[in-house]
Amino acid sequence: MHRTGELYGHFETLEQQKESAALGMWIFLVTEVLFFGGLFLTYTINRHAFGAAFGAGSNTLDIKLGGFNTVVLIMSSLTMAMAVWSAQVGKKQLVSIFLIATLGLGTVFLGVKVIEYKQKFDHHLIPGHDFDIRYRSEHPAAADDPKEIAVEKEEVEKTFAVDPDSNAHGQLYFSLYFGMTGLHALHMIVGAGLLIWLIKGSLAGRFTPQYNTPVEIVGLYWHFVDIVWIYLFPLLYLIDRHR
Amino acid sequence: MAGTGITVWAAFQNFGKFNIVIALGIATIKATLVVLYFMHARYSPKRTQLVIVCSVFWLAIMLTLTLADYDTRPHEGPLASANTCYRAPSFGGYCSG
Repeated sequence: MHRTGELYGHFETLEQQKESAALGMWIFLVTEVLFFGGLFLTYTINRHAFGAAFGAGSNTLDIKLGGFNTVVLIMSSLTMAMAVWSAQVGKKQLVSIFLIATLGLGTVFLGVKVIEYKQKFDHHLIPGHDFDIRYRSEHPAAADDPKEIAVEKEEVEKTFAVDPDSNAHGQLYFSLYFGMTGLHALHMIVGAGLLIWLIKGSLAGRFTPQYNTPVEIVGLYWHFVDIVWIYLFPLLYLIDRHR
Repeated sequence: MAGTGITVWAAFQNFGKFNIVIALGIATIKATLVVLYFMHARYSPKRTQLVIVCSVFWLAIMLTLTLADYDTRPHEGPLASANTCYRAPSFGGYCSG
């Protein structure tokens, strides 16, 4: 059974029905804000306590991939907003095109994330038995720039001079990194599933100016996930970049 | 998009203590623009706007009160010092140094 936007008995007008749906989504997003807020709080307290190790951990992240992903995600928010607009003015073909573009950009984001996670495995930066924040600068990959490696080595030495337990505290940083970006990626995967459902609906021509609530609601969710990344990017990637 | 460029640029500059303030400031401006225009908060009913403001307000309560507590509670020496135990040793905890 598919809902087509008829008025349900407990609402007075279609407008009220639509506003109620959006309000419900907003209330869900409030709980999400506090959910992620707890993680940001944990991050802040630990970063305050172990600044040196967090800085060193942050500097091992690839800023080019992170920056690229930020642009990709903001672009996907734009295409999502365009999809909502197209649905509201009744341009049925455009809705499908913009939804597919959003899904594509979301997939690119997740793909880049996979590359980043793989690098962390290669560089012994997964919290646990083999974790070693020194590993990367001592076993540089052939492709890495030797100058960059030298700078990195010096930085890591400085970090250990300030905080001899940098490997323990670095693991704290990476636990938070994987926890926060992993939870964000999980939200992206859920969002991608919702987008596939929307694309199916829009290809069947189900969304009209009278009925486009699903597009609007998923749009709200998608933008929220974008906002989380807007904060994650500077906090995780850009802590200690100035030299 | 321009905001992202500015964020990255600002991160490489040295504003001393203010780097984090600037980075979060730019992030907040970007987030506000997304909420106001992409999420149509500007054109939403007052009821929805109230919910959004409440969410920020509750987040602020959680952050300020917890951080104030951490900041003012006496610690037994610096958190990162040698011989810090991360759990009670009797429970197989890990002590540094």
